[in-house]
Amino acid sequence: MALVAPVGLTHFLLLGTALFCLGLYCVFIKRNAIALLMGIELMLNAVNINLIAFNKFIAPASYTGQVFSIFVIVVAAAEVAVGLALVISIYRDRATTSVDDLDWLKW
Amino acid sequence: MVNEWIYAGAFYGLAALTLLSAAGVVFLKDIVHSALLLAASFIGVAGIYVLLNADFLAAVQVLIYGGAVAILIAFGVMLTRRPHMKETNANNRWVVWGAFTAAFTFAICGWAIAFTQFKPIDATPAQVTAIDGIATQLLGDFVVPFEAAALLLTVALIGAIILAKGAKEA
Repeated sequence: MALVAPVGLTHFLLLGTALFCLGLYCVFIKRNAIALLMGIELMLNAVNINLIAFNKFIAPASYTGQVFSIFVIVVAAAEVAVGLALVISIYRDRATTSVDDLDWLKW
Repeated sequence: MVNEWIYAGAFYGLAALTLLSAAGVVFLKDIVHSALLLAASFIGVAGIYVLLNADFLAAVQVLIYGGAVAILIAFGVMLTRRPHMKETNANNRWVVWGAFTAAFTFAICGWAIAFTQFKPIDATPAQVTAIDGIATQLLGDFVVPFEAAALLLTVALIGAIILAKGAKEA
């Protein structure tokens, strides 16, 4: 199987999968809203690794994967800016960043 | 042959840096340490990009993720800090179910990846350098998403400023 040398597409995809699952676990178990943002960033990085690995090994004549990962980076930057602004705004109002306490939409 | 060994060594070293730093982000109890390790993980991903012949994206990764995003998160941590930093990154009650779900996802995806034969759709390597190819595609086929991304960034940053500053005095 491809798990022995040389390093190929499977290795990069497995690295991306491991990073994605760590981010997923972080989003599931953390209580702090900033830690949730960190987990989302880890998952977006895993997706970027997959996109660029597919670009190199599957379609080396094009740059579509790299262009898509640029769009992912742009959306991630916008998301973390808005997410941190929301966290700071909520913290000023409630003096907490724990997502368990953000429950004033439920009655 | 020697080049392959160097490539494999670089891959495993960078993968270990990325995954161990990401594990530190998830499992450490102090969120300041988590934020710093997140930057280390981003730098490891930039090294992976270099191995994948994506030099321009490696530079972008270091600038935007390793610089801007990690610093932004560190600022967020500092602006919302508590008197006791030891339990700032606490877990909630879903630890067992979260671990089960993440392990299940990894098992399914890993199984699918390990037993799939990926075939290249065109064997000819690219003739131009990466920056030329990316620029041609960004300002050609993808020019509308490119402009939409520029608009999205502007709107998101203005919205973030208004959210953090407060709308009354803005």
